[in-house]
Amino acid sequence: MGCAMTPSAQDVDLATSQAMKSSFRDQGDAKLDRLTLDASNQACSEAQDKSVDEKLAKSIEEANLKTVKFPADGKLLGNWAEGEKIAQNGRGLTWTDKAADANGGSCYNCHQISKAELSYGSIGPSLYNYGKLRGVTDPADPASKPIVDYTWGKLWNSKAYNACSGMPRFGHAGILTMEQIKDVMALLLDPKSPVNQ
Amino acid sequence: MLADGNPAELYEARGEGLFKQARGPKNASLEKCDLGKGAGVVKGAFVELPRYFADTQRVQDLESRLLTCMEQQQGFNAAEIAKTPFGAGEQKTIESLVAYISGESRDMAFNLPQKHAQEKLMYEVGKKVFYLRAGPMDFSCASCHGEDNKRIRLQDLPNLTRQPGASVGFGSWPAYRVSAGDLWSMQRRLNDCYRQQRFPYPGYASDVTIALGVYMGVNSKGGVSTAPALKR
Repeated sequence: MGCAMTPSAQDVDLATSQAMKSSFRDQGDAKLDRLTLDASNQACSEAQDKSVDEKLAKSIEEANLKTVKFPADGKLLGNWAEGEKIAQNGRGLTWTDKAADANGGSCYNCHQISKAELSYGSIGPSLYNYGKLRGVTDPADPASKPIVDYTWGKLWNSKAYNACSGMPRFGHAGILTMEQIKDVMALLLDPKSPVNQ
Repeated sequence: MLADGNPAELYEARGEGLFKQARGPKNASLEKCDLGKGAGVVKGAFVELPRYFADTQRVQDLESRLLTCMEQQQGFNAAEIAKTPFGAGEQKTIESLVAYISGESRDMAFNLPQKHAQEKLMYEVGKKVFYLRAGPMDFSCASCHGEDNKRIRLQDLPNLTRQPGASVGFGSWPAYRVSAGDLWSMQRRLNDCYRQQRFPYPGYASDVTIALGVYMGVNSKGGVSTAPALKR
């Protein structure tokens, strides 16, 4: 009796689906519906460590771009000091978190942001001097609009610009409120923010 | 080095005692437990798990196998132990048992069998699960553990998809977690990963967790186990 054959792709898919269905339960606010994948997560899960096909990537990005909601009053920047608190806060949406408490953005988990905070991760690029490097001296200046709008869009739904972005879709998934995203925008783009010193 | 005087050693000693002590409704020890290398063979078993077991006809990791032995040999109710919160009741026993059993493979190289069809299947399932993005933050295991030289805040993240990262990660659990003041088994570590990924709750020793163990363990081939280790 020799070595058993490699399992077929269908066998693997079936076994994976059965394992996913039988292995999890609801706990706290983390319910089983979180395991229902949207089209973006389905495609990116299948791609694993490879890139998604270019056409598919474009269609995922377009679909995600459509979800971006802008503030009705057109005011995209809030308070950078509040933004820093949101960036530092890693709580929210786990099964030990309470829905009543505001979520954080966990931004420092992945990014360098201000110079002063040394405890930052390297999963995402550094955001130090974000606005300064992009020549944003006045976020209200029409010349800054493309960058300001892009930054809002990226925070609202990162997959609008990168189909399989590792970054959570903070607005689209309801992780941060509009007011919180405005505060993170200020952290990144306000010339007075420590990020741009 | 941090590892000078690891509190896990206390769990190892307690675990050896618990392994050999007659316990449970059947008043029997675990000395007839087959962890993959024959009844009662502990040395070297840890670095070959998870693997297929003919008596249960399924692939099992260490903790799943301990549930089997605690039920069959000692008369405990495996389902009850699986439902027991970490750190309570017989889950405390398992903390000590995994410390002892993993310690008996200290410095040995990972060499999980991949001969049985179910072992191969579970590897592929584990890989699918590892890359599966879900939850409100779209996280998969790979979000943190899929690349070299990444860290979350200041915590280094081993790349679990291949050596050398795979055995750095997989071979260092169970571990005494200084921040928790407790020994965490691999199942507990996986549980907390899923919590922070904003997933729903993974069942103790469920198929998804066993599949991930096969994936990580096979990727660790040739790497050396340091369990039970010491962590922040």
